Amino acid sequence: MAQDIFSQVNLQRVYRRRRLTNKIMLGLTGLMLVLALIPLIWIIVYVLIKGGRHINLDFFIHLPQPMGTTGGGILHAIEGSLVMVVLASVFSIPPALLAAFYLTTHESTPLASAIRFSTDLLAGVPSITVGLFGYAVIVLAQKHYSALAGGVVLAIIMLPVVIRSAEEMLKLVPPDLRAGSLALGAPEWKTAIKVVLPAAAEGIITGIMLGVARATGETAPLLFTALGNDNYEIGKMIKQGIEHNQSIFDVLGRIFEQPADALPLTLWKYAQQPYPERVEQSWAVALVLMLFVLSLNILARVWIARRRSALQ
Amino acid sequence: MQTQTLTRKIETENLSVFYGSFKAISDVSVEIYENNVTALIGPSGCGKSTFLRSLNRLNDLVPKTAVAGKVLLDDTDIYAPSQDVVDIRRRVGIVFQRPNPFPMSIFDNVAYGPRLYGIKKKSVLAEIVEESLRGAALWDEVKDKLDKSGLALSGGQQQRLCIARTIAIEPEVILMDEPASALDPIATLRIEELIRKLRERFTIVIVTHNMQQAARVSDYTAFFNMGDDRAGYLVEFDETDRIFTNPQQKLTEEYITGRFG
Ligand SMILES: Nc1ncnc2c1ncn2[C@@H]1O[C@H](COP(=O)(O)OP(=O)(O)OP(=O)(O)O)[C@@H](O)[C@H]1O
Ligand SMILES: [Mg+2]
Repeated sequence: MAQDIFSQVNLQRVYRRRRLTNKIMLGLTGLMLVLALIPLIWIIVYVLIKGGRHINLDFFIHLPQPMGTTGGGILHAIEGSLVMVVLASVFSIPPALLAAFYLTTHESTPLASAIRFSTDLLAGVPSITVGLFGYAVIVLAQKHYSALAGGVVLAIIMLPVVIRSAEEMLKLVPPDLRAGSLALGAPEWKTAIKVVLPAAAEGIITGIMLGVARATGETAPLLFTALGNDNYEIGKMIKQGIEHNQSIFDVLGRIFEQPADALPLTLWKYAQQPYPERVEQSWAVALVLMLFVLSLNILARVWIARRRSALQ
Repeated sequence: MQTQTLTRKIETENLSVFYGSFKAISDVSVEIYENNVTALIGPSGCGKSTFLRSLNRLNDLVPKTAVAGKVLLDDTDIYAPSQDVVDIRRRVGIVFQRPNPFPMSIFDNVAYGPRLYGIKKKSVLAEIVEESLRGAALWDEVKDKLDKSGLALSGGQQQRLCIARTIAIEPEVILMDEPASALDPIATLRIEELIRKLRERFTIVIVTHNMQQAARVSDYTAFFNMGDDRAGYLVEFDETDRIFTNPQQKLTEEYITGRFG
């Protein structure tokens, strides 16, 4: 019966058509890939060309020169970005991981739905609004702009990114792995730290990197919180601390309490200056920013690869 | 297969388990004897895993499960409010269908349980690890790479690692949920040999879909079936030899001869 049916269709034709469709679709996906890569490569090459000229050691280790003069660097922005991103990570990663754990272990409780909903809302809040919130709650209360306030608003921006990606990664951990630990009598928290987290570590790190990259690139929220500070220099603050015999907490306090600059903030400011030298420098800042995020990503990937091979 | 006097290790009395409003098993009363292997057989979805996991309260992990009836371990009800669930799980270990070594070294996998109960001394841990790995017939294969990841072992080795991990805390009962179904025939044979050996030290309850396996490894067999309401119930429980040669229920005979299920 089946033979009768198949003797009536021209199989060769079916196969030919299938091969042709296959070729066309493959070509199409390849074309789309190239199209998608064009903007990325374009941006990288463009920034490399425009910014590369101004990159030299001085650019990394000096503070900016007064407007209108030549030379000077962006040490203040590099250090400010580092301080604020570290603060943002410290503030956001632990609560984000805890929230993600809650979401995976209590999947369908009302609180879990509430967390998921508000996380989505938070992710959709424009970053400038988050900045205004930081201004109202921290800057006005403290009566000054600070790296701390910048770190807090960046943390708020990182939070939903890390929660959602960590939740996705934790969901991929086989339930029996968790059950295996609990079945030995392990408490839930130990199971989370010793078994579930390591099993999902690679994906979670990638998610954290996404969050860090996002925080590193934010400009708007910092306008209202960190403000900017041409003289932000950690080395100097530490030296002063040592000279005045201050404790490490005093020095850290100063580092966090001062207004600070950040790479995207500097880029934005320089790009609007009437001095061509500054505009040129803003391209170099863009390049540093790009390399910063890129190298973070590469570091994370190297770490993951090393960990993988160590496990084998 | 069985001659010496029987001690009752676990007894269930009219045990029913619910997932929300769905009754997964209904009124199961069965006795599990010390130092014997009891096999649970029955068609897919009839509640074998559910029954097994209710014996060490692993069902507690699933939200909205409820249990009616009793599970007595040495005559104490493990679902009694005063019972410490950690103590139950220490006394009743479980091996899962898919090998699930933790993402850590072979040594740490086996030492995980003992460490939970406060054993910290390296020399003591090393002794426990060696003994447990020997007990699980894995020692010779891994003794030179204890610091390598448990994930780097073959499937059969991983399953024996999980057995070693389970026996490292010296449970009284070991539950096994289709422990060999993800393994090739040779690895399966090794697991079966191991089960026969472990029987001397532990009470074992094993779920299997493989009739020959049930016949080979078990002393007693419980046959479950699914009722019209999809709730599983116990059809017959007896010595394995009797179940396979002279079952009392027609349904049992039909199932073991492959006429349904
Ligand atoms: N976590 C759960 N939530 C809701 N229902 C469940 C859950 N786990 C199992 N069930 C249901 O309970 C019934 C019994 O499932 P169980 O896994 O115990 O069967 P089983 O006999 O082990 O089947 P198999 O031989 O396929 O492993 C099935 O109808 C199943 O759909
Ligand atoms: Mg099952």
